[in-house]
Amino acid sequence: MGIDTDIVVAGGGIVGMTLALALRRAGFAVTLCDALPVPARADAQFDGRAYAVAAAGRRMLDALGVWQAVAPAAQAMTDILVGDSRPGEAAPPLLHFDHRESDSGPFAWMVEDHVLRIALLSALEAAGITHLAPVTIAGQEAGPEAVAVALADGRRLRARLLAACDGRDSAIAARAGIGRVGRGYRQRGLVCALAHERPHRGIARQIFLPGGPFAILPLTGNRVSLVWTETEALAAALDALPDADYLAEIRRRIGDPLGAVRLIGRRWSYPLAFSLARRYFADRVVLAGDAAHVIHPLAGQGLNLGLADVAALTEVLAEAARRGEDIGAPSVLARYQAWRRFDAGLMGLACDGFNSSFSNDNPLLRALRDAGLGLAGAPLAARRFFMGLAAGETGDVPRLMRGEPV
Amino acid sequence: MQGAVDEREVAKFEAMAAEWWDPEGKFRPLHMLNPCRLDYITGQISAHFARAPRAAGWLAGLRILDIGCGGGLLCEPMARLGADVVGVDAAERNIPVARLHAERAGLAIDYRHGTAEGLAAAGERFDVVLNMEVVEHVPDPAAYLAACAGLLRPGGLMITSTINRTARSFALAIVGAEYVLRWLPRGTHDWRRFITPQELGAMLQAAGLGPVDRKGFVFDPLRWSWTISDRDLAVNYVIAAERPAA
Repeated sequence: MGIDTDIVVAGGGIVGMTLALALRRAGFAVTLCDALPVPARADAQFDGRAYAVAAAGRRMLDALGVWQAVAPAAQAMTDILVGDSRPGEAAPPLLHFDHRESDSGPFAWMVEDHVLRIALLSALEAAGITHLAPVTIAGQEAGPEAVAVALADGRRLRARLLAACDGRDSAIAARAGIGRVGRGYRQRGLVCALAHERPHRGIARQIFLPGGPFAILPLTGNRVSLVWTETEALAAALDALPDADYLAEIRRRIGDPLGAVRLIGRRWSYPLAFSLARRYFADRVVLAGDAAHVIHPLAGQGLNLGLADVAALTEVLAEAARRGEDIGAPSVLARYQAWRRFDAGLMGLACDGFNSSFSNDNPLLRALRDAGLGLAGAPLAARRFFMGLAAGETGDVPRLMRGEPV
Repeated sequence: MQGAVDEREVAKFEAMAAEWWDPEGKFRPLHMLNPCRLDYITGQISAHFARAPRAAGWLAGLRILDIGCGGGLLCEPMARLGADVVGVDAAERNIPVARLHAERAGLAIDYRHGTAEGLAAAGERFDVVLNMEVVEHVPDPAAYLAACAGLLRPGGLMITSTINRTARSFALAIVGAEYVLRWLPRGTHDWRRFITPQELGAMLQAAGLGPVDRKGFVFDPLRWSWTISDRDLAVNYVIAAERPAA
């Protein structure tokens, strides 16, 4: 029995596509299986979703030859203002992070989902990656030589490794018997984008409101992306509002720093949770992105964690292949888990802590956290660390994230 | 019935192979050291035979012998990179285990029960001889290394790793690995049999080989992994030596 491809990547989201591309660049034969049809992924309409790509992620996309296509549509995030207020109150900044304090340039670049998707799709095509879409993976069976991946249309692919990038409800992880730990937040994340009157000057604002954190993130031109957290009940009510009332609710929370605003693209609403896969691998199966970890979106680190997974996994597998090791062996996959799982857990817990200490309206807690945030703002080392974390530059940074080839 | 006996045997070998290849099991120390050993071996072969290590099957055409092959932890990677591999082990029980694992993995490897001396007497010759963590276990290292050297074709390369005889190697390899961490069964190593890099170099030269490189394998407790060191040869170390071209 032959081998059809070295690695099957399951899932055509940002992480799946980036992984397929990085693995191909490292010399592997890759087959990408996506449940969605290519035209849906290639839709060039801005749909309201955007990501903060940290400096490390940008360097990696640059090394993969994708950033060039993304750069003209990326907005540099040069300042971060963190504040605390109730709806209707002005929010005086408690913390101000200025990118000039760190050596690595802007903290992050805001990139719209469709820009990243389309740049990755054309890079995949140029790299000669077998891209099967739409296909559903119906099952997998790991053996001593290969994993047989069964597609719902009856086809079977034999590969050395199956990389599951199929999201937080990963069917592949479930079939491999990998459980998850974590909790739901009984909150929803509301996401939309606004066009506005006055320039944002590259400033990202994070306001801690009683319902949860509210982020205003700069996009190119006079546009911002909003990511805000509300309790499930309130979010359901907000989701049901017509656009004009929805905008009024937004204005009630953030005031009027941007002048007149209007909605662009769709309104999105996601259940929020913190969860971590108990293991990052099973027999010839490895998890990356949301299939491995889901965290609170308040720090905008979900995608950056996924990109770090891609960089670390590609490096581990490329080194293993160069040595002649079996890329599906537990001894190899355990190195990736050791590299990434602790980081993801730590980031998830940090976001968890921030979210729980700020998502309430207790006056004593408000006073305490005001004091706490003031203190956190003081020592330069702590600030540097926080900024490094936001830029994805703490710990053992994979080569791709330093902008180097693997 | 013959078939029933074979099935029982196969089940036993499968269990033993699973043990050899379990990264968290009995052979965990070897699994931890393996990436570092393989990096060194592939690096030396690449430099010595002037082959770029990127293309698939870049070891094709090289005949490689692994002495003390065990479950095949070195043989399988070498075969996967395209080499023509012979694995030899003095422990007969390892051979069917290694053979079964390689067969299941779709790799063709020639596993034999025997010794370096036996292969030398039979006139076998190789481009590369891997002599990893064996020399500290043999009663007469000089005679053993001479037999190994005889297995090399002119221009061939032998890679020998072992443990240095220092205070630190006593603390780490005996007290640490056998008593504190229990990575190895007590009595695995006898410190007095450990060989210094100077002694090993001299024995290799006496066997007609020219040492071309030596490095340390160093365990980093913070990263919990092994790395190759240019300077620190105080505990685990390796010497690459060539047989001069005729």
